[in-house]
Amino acid sequence: MMPDLGKYADTVLSAYAASLFLLVALVVLSILRGRKVRAEMEKVEKRMSRNG
Amino acid sequence: MSIASKANALWEYANPKKFLTTTERVLPFFWISSAVFIVVGLVWGFFFTPDDYKQGSTVKIIYLHVPSALMAINCWIMMLATSLVWLVRRHHVSALAARAAAPVGIVMTLIALATGAIWGQPMWGTWWAWDPRLTSFLILFLFYLGYVALWEAIEDPDTAADLTSVLCLVGSVFAFLSRYAVNFWNQGLHQGASVMRVGAVTGTDTEEKVSNIFFFPLLVCIIGFVLLFIALVFYRTGTEIRARRIKALIARERVNG
Repeated sequence: MMPDLGKYADTVLSAYAASLFLLVALVVLSILRGRKVRAEMEKVEKRMSRNG
Repeated sequence: MSIASKANALWEYANPKKFLTTTERVLPFFWISSAVFIVVGLVWGFFFTPDDYKQGSTVKIIYLHVPSALMAINCWIMMLATSLVWLVRRHHVSALAARAAAPVGIVMTLIALATGAIWGQPMWGTWWAWDPRLTSFLILFLFYLGYVALWEAIEDPDTAADLTSVLCLVGSVFAFLSRYAVNFWNQGLHQGASVMRVGAVTGTDTEEKVSNIFFFPLLVCIIGFVLLFIALVFYRTGTEIRARRIKALIARERVNG
């Protein structure tokens, strides 16, 4: 049920593709860095508590 | 509870632990609701709204262009508020929140510029024009890049927070111009506000406005972008707080031998 975008199909689809790519990349990169930092903090805290 | 004591209660969130506990609790709501609003708004706008009589199907770009442009400006305003809190009250969480928000602002500005150029090409016959609103938006984008670069370039976090806060104050002029440049300089290709104007929505003024058939899905998208912005800033601020704590713990470990 793709709507008929007429002669502007390329324009509309490229705007959506670029925007969604940027939004998804922002969310994914934020979550990846967040997970990495969270894991590292747990590791450092464990090491600190082990070493007193 | 009086207004003053309510306002004072806000400062509790300057405590990193309190901030992390609260945001971890509310984050699932913001992630899920933002996804729901954005998907519903975009599907509604893309599949279930007609073409515009003047702009054809390119009107569907409005559902991405307007929310991202709004968030690009509002993100800087949020950074300005948190930077002022840092400068006046020296709360580290507020400086880290500004730092966390900047990349979100970069992406929002980039989406607004890219969709604007893609939309402008068939409508204006050009990808770009040195129009007041477009130019001030480009400068805002450069300010965002400069802000992030400054954070990365300075080793001492408090000095970095001080200098980026001052940069944020200066850049606010362009955040303001991005919104109001069209009103100041009545020239250029970009139209004036046709959505976030009370009279445009209620129909009490006679200037050109967005039809309600486009406005309602657009409103859903705007709400979705606001919720996504909050989710991202909460999550990324949590990351910055933890990264700062790691540095502090490692420094303490070194001192203790």
